[in-house]
Amino acid sequence: MLAFILRRLAQSIVVMLVVALISFMLFRYVGDPVASLLGQDSRLEDFEALRERLGLNDPAYIQFFRFIANAIQGEFGISYRLQQPVSELIMSRLPATIELAFTSALIALVVGVTLGVFTALRPKSLSTAVIMTLSLVGVSLPTFLIGIGLIYIFAVELQWLPSFGRGDVVDLGWWRTGLLTESGLRSLILPAITLSLFQLTLIMRLVRAEMLEVLRQDYIRFARARGLSKRAINFGHALKNTMVPVITITGLQLGSVIAFAIVTETVFQWPGVGSLFINSVQVVDVPVMAAYLMFIAFVFVVINLIVDILYYAVDPRLRVHASGSGK
Amino acid sequence: MRKLLITASVLALGAAVMPASAETVRWARASDALTLDPHSQNQGVTHTFAHHIYETLVDRDVEGTLIPRLATEWAVKEGDPTVWVFTLRQGVKFHDGADFTAEDVVFSLDRARSDKSNMKQLHAGVQSVTAVDDHTVEVKMSGPSPLYPNNLTNTFMMDKTWTEANNAVEVQEAGSTDDNFAVRNTNGTGPYMLESRDPDVRSVLKLNEEHWAETKPAVTEIIYLPIADNATRVAALLSGEVDLVQDVPVQDIERLGSSDGIKVTTGPENRVIYFGYRFGDEPLKSSNVTDKNPINDPKVREAMHLAIDRNAIQQVVMRGQSVPTGVATPPFVNGWTPELDTYPEKADVEGAKALLAEAGYPDGFTITLDTPNNRYVNDEAISQAVVGMLGQIGIKVTLASRPITQHSPLIQNSETDFYLLGWGVPTFDSAYIFNDLIHTQAGHYGAYNPSGYTNPELDAKIESLETEVDLDKRNATIAEIWATVQEDRVLLPIHNQVLAYAMKDGMNLDVHPENQPRLYNVTFGE
Amino acid sequence: MSTPQNPATPVATKPPSRLYRMWDSDVFFSFRRSPVTIVAATVAFVLVLAAILAPWIAPYNPFDPASLNLMDGFTAPNSNSMMGNYFLLGSDHQGRDVLSTILYGSRVSLFVGVSATLFAMAIGISLGLTAGYVGGTTDSIIMRVADIQLSFPAILIALLIFGIARGIIPPSQQEGMAIWVLIVAIGLSNWAQFARTVRGATMVERQKDYVSAARIMGVHPLVILIRHVLPNVMAPVLVIATIGLALAIIEEATLSFLGVGVPPTQPSLGTLIRIGQQFLFSGEWWILFFPAITLVLLALAVNLLGDWLRDALNPRLR
Repeated sequence: MLAFILRRLAQSIVVMLVVALISFMLFRYVGDPVASLLGQDSRLEDFEALRERLGLNDPAYIQFFRFIANAIQGEFGISYRLQQPVSELIMSRLPATIELAFTSALIALVVGVTLGVFTALRPKSLSTAVIMTLSLVGVSLPTFLIGIGLIYIFAVELQWLPSFGRGDVVDLGWWRTGLLTESGLRSLILPAITLSLFQLTLIMRLVRAEMLEVLRQDYIRFARARGLSKRAINFGHALKNTMVPVITITGLQLGSVIAFAIVTETVFQWPGVGSLFINSVQVVDVPVMAAYLMFIAFVFVVINLIVDILYYAVDPRLRVHASGSGK
Repeated sequence: MRKLLITASVLALGAAVMPASAETVRWARASDALTLDPHSQNQGVTHTFAHHIYETLVDRDVEGTLIPRLATEWAVKEGDPTVWVFTLRQGVKFHDGADFTAEDVVFSLDRARSDKSNMKQLHAGVQSVTAVDDHTVEVKMSGPSPLYPNNLTNTFMMDKTWTEANNAVEVQEAGSTDDNFAVRNTNGTGPYMLESRDPDVRSVLKLNEEHWAETKPAVTEIIYLPIADNATRVAALLSGEVDLVQDVPVQDIERLGSSDGIKVTTGPENRVIYFGYRFGDEPLKSSNVTDKNPINDPKVREAMHLAIDRNAIQQVVMRGQSVPTGVATPPFVNGWTPELDTYPEKADVEGAKALLAEAGYPDGFTITLDTPNNRYVNDEAISQAVVGMLGQIGIKVTLASRPITQHSPLIQNSETDFYLLGWGVPTFDSAYIFNDLIHTQAGHYGAYNPSGYTNPELDAKIESLETEVDLDKRNATIAEIWATVQEDRVLLPIHNQVLAYAMKDGMNLDVHPENQPRLYNVTFGE
Repeated sequence: MSTPQNPATPVATKPPSRLYRMWDSDVFFSFRRSPVTIVAATVAFVLVLAAILAPWIAPYNPFDPASLNLMDGFTAPNSNSMMGNYFLLGSDHQGRDVLSTILYGSRVSLFVGVSATLFAMAIGISLGLTAGYVGGTTDSIIMRVADIQLSFPAILIALLIFGIARGIIPPSQQEGMAIWVLIVAIGLSNWAQFARTVRGATMVERQKDYVSAARIMGVHPLVILIRHVLPNVMAPVLVIATIGLALAIIEEATLSFLGVGVPPTQPSLGTLIRIGQQFLFSGEWWILFFPAITLVLLALAVNLLGDWLRDALNPRLR
């Protein structure tokens, strides 16, 4: 057990290093921060001087080691754009993103499971065909278009919901939440729906497929033969057995929801880490971009690690053959 | 009698929309101020925000003329043309209650021209700043500098004691790792005080009751909301969630103007949009002409000038929201004349083709045009239109469109054959344009002249402008320089930008030529 | 109605095994039984055909800047411009015919989508086969990399690759290369799904007697993989590829929205939507609406086909 966890941990560190290298490479190429740091009044020697002071003239590997050394200490420097410590910026934006991600995951889970069960139990009905087709419309529309469409309908035309931002927030000291005010909750609705559509479709289809699979199993047939009620069979046995893969997928997807929030946050001006990232990309704010990528990688590595360990605990076969990476 | 009635009803309306109590304005624009440190960034958005909290010695009104602010008078010292004397306003207090004195001006100007300040270029000619008495300051220049006060409109005054007490004497420099107090805290003399700030999200400004001005601003609270996405920003105004949108996309002006409860004011910005291209004998990197540089032939440049239909760009791409121009300077700028500003009414495709054929390119040539796509109003669409217009005379242009952060290095490193750029002129004087766009790229000069254009005679004239005290003689030199620039077609000007502010009905705010609206000038009522 | 666009045909032309012939007939049967699928196949067929034939059927050539007239701009659908030109679906801000830009744009989108999917497929299949057959450390490394790739959102990976490419390619050639960079970026962000599936199937096949027998007989591993293992994993690969194609088309559109994509003078559907989006509030709805509808129809049709294919190829679900 310990050896398994240690090996996974080592692998995770390698992953983090690779991500660090990739993000570092990206930043060297994505644009020249100096150009956006200095205004139009600056002279050539100013550009050169600033490049020198920022260490941009050092060889790439020296810059990389400096980057890693600082990152280990959680020190990502000061944002070029907002001139505040990056770790502080990210921490102050994180609650917004997490609240958005969890809300949309919740919507996706509840609606997805409900629709999935419904369509699995009525495989031949017209409503199933309609739901299945409509759900594909959700994944066939780019997220940004859904967001703009929702704003146009619900904010501009109907004026029911706010078009941007997070509404009023309550400061709990270490966490600023929008969940405790009415305007905060109202502001959450449109972006959360936008972000949830993709996952919703995924979960619905997964639940449906798993349910269909389970319903065909012998033990279900046996239960039916024994005369158990339909309800008990469908929910007591079939759905229960479906939930393990569904929850795993939802957990694994949570990380990608946080990352996918980039587009949603941009459209709705949601003050989370995703919009911070995009704003930083536009002016090549290297420290923020680096920290963001490292942060996302960290979230993924942790979630993967937890899932792996849970699997290890649950599935005895893995204990015998612990070298594999298959899940 | 009838006139009287109208006046009466207008008054009644005015009274209806202007409650005696507090008036909050929710102000949305595309991006946030980068910092609160007034000397750290020389950038329009940051300055606009700072103008509400901090103040400058002199200011510029919506006509573009200099007006007194913290300085009541300024003049060249009698007998010494290299010294400027500023008389300071009396009875001004900082937000923390400290008096504003000459000491603070000396400190602020020294800080603004210190090494890490981004404002230092504007004060490059300053040798020393001294306080004569509590309310008089002398600025000694390295030579006669007749236009120096023009450089002061964005240099803000800080409190010496406060700044020193909080260890913020050194300007926060981009990329440094220290967390500077002045970046997040303010202590200005301005009409508003910072109440709260969440960068990129929301900043709240409250009225400074102790401000020196006799008339109190009608706006008592400002909520500043950056909204990056154009569609979302316009939607927020349409749905009534904000009161003022500063960066209005040109295509939405008409719709917003005709919407109930919303009005739009427009006015010219002090910024010209132009194309530049590479001079010199060396063949272009992006062209199929590999033995020489087609653009180095004046006939080719003339043909390009003739092929561009500026009026069509104005009508379609800019929806009428631009002022087409034949010279690379806005009318606000000293040196602009209506004679310089002429351009062909319509594109002369046949004439242009004939010129190209004469130059030896009857079938045209290929070239790559580098354009930013997120910096100027419809920059990418303008370039796209020009690609089409040049295509009609046989010049096949490949369009390379990039965000400004990737576009700028091409300009600074001279890696472009043909490019779009916009140029604002904060000093309202042609010398500012010549220094950076026309002068040969060398040291202090030509930072934005990647074209390789070099004309020693012109360079000498440009350099002479800096110290010329005789304004008539100076203006004559400016005219000479413009004549050469136009004759050589060094730049290919398209238009001057027009700004539009959209706001709820009943609010009045004029367009500022440098896009620096002051909300303390907002009035309510028809 | 039977259309020649039966997506199962490539499967059938593979070395015929009994299993395949059986699947083929079943597949065809289930196809005829599903009206939604028939409609989807028709729509996909028409869109693809229109895109391929764009240069011959489009009323204008929007990719030729010299033929454009700015004064044609912003013409409403089914009307004539000031210059007297007729536009069925209206014209955009550059005076381009919206119908023609959609036809040409679909061509770009499909080209990027199909190439990126093929690229992802090539990488995924070869790595999956290798991992599944060789096993051990090789397998561990490949699958770990796939894990990373799967857990990182495709958009972020594509952004990274695009950024790096911008730095490596000299500025003067970037525009010409843009479309290839896009293909590589999207392809590299989607290969892991293929690798995983192929690896799983390969591991199962490897255990089987006929493979062991072939191995003992000294048949080259490459031959075993291609002749015996590959045909058996093609069915799930095809399903993933179809859905991956829809995803790639959407991904290209999203990348365009975020400002990395093909040049605006040769727009894809995604770029057209990014441009049209600016005119949402100003009344020129057609510049956004028609490209958006086309994109949705295309992605929806491909998704529906993928859906059907999955059900049809998975006998257990029938």
